[in-house]
Order: sequence, then C-alpha cells, then structure tokens
Amino acid sequence: MSTAIEEIVLPKLSNEEIARYSRHLILPEVGMEGQQRLKAAKVLCVGTGGLGAPLAMYLAAAGVGTIGLVDFDTVDASNLQRQIIHSTATVGKLKVDSAEIMLKGLNPFLNVVKHNTMLTSANAMEILKDYDVIADGTDNFQTRYLVNDACVLLNKPNAYGSIFRFEGQASVFGTKEGPCYRCLYPEPPPPGLVPSCAEGGVLGILPGLVGVIQATETIKLILGIGEPLIGRLLLVDALGMGFRTLKLRKNPECPVCGPNPTVTELIDYDQFCGIAPPSQVGPLEVARDKAVADHPVVDGIPQITVEELKRKLDAKQDVFVLDVREPHEYPIANLGAPLIPVGSIESRIGELAAQKNREIVVHCRSGARSQKAALVLKQAGFTNVSNLAGGILAWADKIDPSMPKY
Amino acid sequence: MKIHIPTPLRTYTGGLETVSIPGATVDGVFQQLTVTYPELKPHLFTPEGKLRSFVNVYLNDDDIRYLEGKQDTAVKDSDELTIIPSIAGGNEFVTGLALLAIPIKS
Repeated sequence: MSTAIEEIVLPKLSNEEIARYSRHLILPEVGMEGQQRLKAAKVLCVGTGGLGAPLAMYLAAAGVGTIGLVDFDTVDASNLQRQIIHSTATVGKLKVDSAEIMLKGLNPFLNVVKHNTMLTSANAMEILKDYDVIADGTDNFQTRYLVNDACVLLNKPNAYGSIFRFEGQASVFGTKEGPCYRCLYPEPPPPGLVPSCAEGGVLGILPGLVGVIQATETIKLILGIGEPLIGRLLLVDALGMGFRTLKLRKNPECPVCGPNPTVTELIDYDQFCGIAPPSQVGPLEVARDKAVADHPVVDGIPQITVEELKRKLDAKQDVFVLDVREPHEYPIANLGAPLIPVGSIESRIGELAAQKNREIVVHCRSGARSQKAALVLKQAGFTNVSNLAGGILAWADKIDPSMPKY
Repeated sequence: MKIHIPTPLRTYTGGLETVSIPGATVDGVFQQLTVTYPELKPHLFTPEGKLRSFVNVYLNDDDIRYLEGKQDTAVKDSDELTIIPSIAGGNEFVTGLALLAIPIKS
C-alpha cells in the first residue's frame, strides 16, 4: 500500500538517532528508509488524555519526527490513573505543556507542536492541514464528528480509538478507499438516551490498550506496511480479553465521504449532537456544572445550594435528602441519605410514597443525575422537589473539606 | 441465538453480556429481545419502531444494513448478533456519553 507520507526527500538520521532506533533499523519492514519516513512524519494527537497519552508516547519513542498535541485542559490528579503522559509533578499545568515535558524527556529529537485550544469548526481545518495522520483520542461526540469531517475534507487518515468502561473500538477512517466515522454512525445518540455519569468510569489500562492500537495503526500508515484497520472495526473486550473485527463498508449515502456529499464544509457540531456548546475556557465538567448552578430554577426544578441545604439541616427543618448515585459510589463519600440510583427511581417510586408532599432535596455527584431524578419525581406528582446544585462535590468543596472528592 | 450486549446497554439486561433469544429473522429476534428486556426498547428503536441510526447491528461479521434481506434476513441458532453502539470516551472520566446526559436547556 502507499504510505501516508508524500514522496519527499527523506531527512537523514544522525549517528545518535541511528543508535537510538537500531531495533527498528534491523527490522526489514522498517529499516533505514522506514525510520526516515517516521522522522519526516507529522502526526496530530487530538486530546492528550487516556488514549492520547500512550499514543503520543509510543509515537515519540518510535521516532515520529513531529507530534502535534491538541488539548485545552489542565492536568488533574484524577487523570493520573490512566493518562501516563502526565505526572504528579505536572498536576495543575496545561496538558500540552505537561505532555511536552514527558515526550521531550523520552525523545529529545522530537518536534512537539502545542495547540492549547479546543478544536472547533473555526480552527480544525487550519490545525489539521499540516499533518499526515490524525489520531482521534477525544471524549465527546461533537469532536468525533468534527475530526471525522475535517479528515475526510482534507483527505487525511484518522487513526480512531474510543473506549467505554471495559470495552474499546478502533478503526482507521477518512481514507479515500475506506469508510468514515459517519458511514458507521450517521448520527450521534440523542442527549436523552445515554447512560448517566455513574457509568462513565474507565478501567485505567483500557485507554492504554486502545491508544497503543491507534499508535500501531499510525505507524503502519506512515510506513505503508501491514493491513491497517481500513474498512474494519476492532472491538476490544478487556474483561473477556477478546478481540474481534467487524467489516465496515463505505456508505454510498454518506453525507461526507459518499459520491454526493451534502456536508462539504465543517458544520456546527454542538447543534448536530443536540447539546449546549461547552465552555471555551475550562474543562467540560466545569461548563456542565455551571450550566445548572447558575440557574435557580431549571426545567421547573429549583436548584438549591449546598449552603442552603446545610442551613436547613442545621435548623432541623423537615427536609428529605435523597441520594440518586450508584451503590458503589456511596462508600466513597455520602451525606447519610437514603439511596435510590437514578435509573431505578421510576420502578422504586413506591418507596417514596410517604415523602410525596415533603420537601425533597435530590443529590448525586455533581448535580446532573439528580436533576434528571428530580424531574421524574416532579412528573410523578411530588410537590416540593429541588436539586442540590453541584452535588456532593460542592458539599466537599464548601461544607466539609474533609470529604473526599472523586 | 446469541446476542452480544455492549456495556452501555447491559444495565437493561441485568448485567448480562450475552443473552440467548429465539427467532427466525434478525427482526424477529430483536422484537423478542425487547419483549424479554423491555427497558432496551427505547435505546434500540425509535417510537415509530425503526432501528436507531446510532445503533449498528451485526449478524456474525456483517452489518445488517448491507445484507440482502436487511433486518428480515433469516437467522440460524448458531448465528450471533452483535449490537455496536457509538461510544465517544477516551479522554476524561466524564465520557461523551455522560456529557450528553446534561440538560440541554440552560
């Protein structure tokens, strides 16, 4: 197959580089020319999180000459369980800066290009155009569709990886001969039909596994060897430890890569995915919590602050506090409230019959699930239901600093 | 026949990774699946009864969209169906799936 690198005069390797890459050079499938191709290659890692971390590190180690990093976030302690490109010493730093420290430490010959920004329809084409391969390791549907469309429009291969709890998916999209992400998933799931954040945990090593698969595909594309995952979807099941590949086909009616495309430039992906645009300045979690916390009444549900709840409880007012998180979250931190997970509220509503006209304050981890649960209660005829804005995280921040945050 | 249930939907099958459902066609098996596990229904089908476009169904290694009979394709007991939902996770603890649980109005 052809390689992702245009036929150019390949850069020479120094004696130090030859020593460093000797195990590649003695591998006939790589050899001197292959290593020079790697040196000439420019790869963009979209996201330096769970997938981007191992991906960028292996690309750096392998001798990819230029690695671009797109991330607007800062390193948080909770990232370190899986984002091995960051470290305890870089908590609080910009992720692109933190990643650069690790990558340059691993391979000083590497050229790191930092894009400390959120990828948007306004900047994606400009950022992606200079790279040979794009590796998508983002965490939301808007960016998935954005990266896909930009790759198709620019004719750049996209080494795709995605994870959820214990399972992963990988493929190579955006090539001329193969399907794109939209061929597989023409539309994103509507916002109402998705699992709650309690189900959003991830086994730390899983993005390692999938990110390394993305790195492998990237290297194969650069070298022009093997059979890349073009037209195939790899499914990884970490619990059963099984790998399967399914055939993917180019959708003849694909709006981006089909013969009669209707999407010929980047669109508004927040609107396409049916969600409010995230904040341009902070982590998405902040944007999300703020959206609820700033509004005293959301969809008819009053948003009560943790300070207000504390005052009511101290004054021994008649308030029924309900925890709607999952049972495994309870031992981490709790307010001593009875627990009915948000997904079971409807079927277990009978247990709350005696509270129908009492003041009920619903809480979860950060305030999103409890808002959903409060809406269910209100619809079921409960007369005085409010949502604890910011959830137990806000309680830990403002009321009880000894409480662990997760 | 065996149906593989992806992680996000296992909440609705009592945590089961595979379920065994009888049926003569892909559609028949799916209808029976949502009778046995009614909570799955809104996640797989639109209110009009159409398979949702972000859910892919594979009969063995093939996408049913590209089979000649599509969802009316006949199935044997030894065949396997796999449901492939779109997942967007990769970066943060809060995955794309979870993010979409945010109320739209603000």
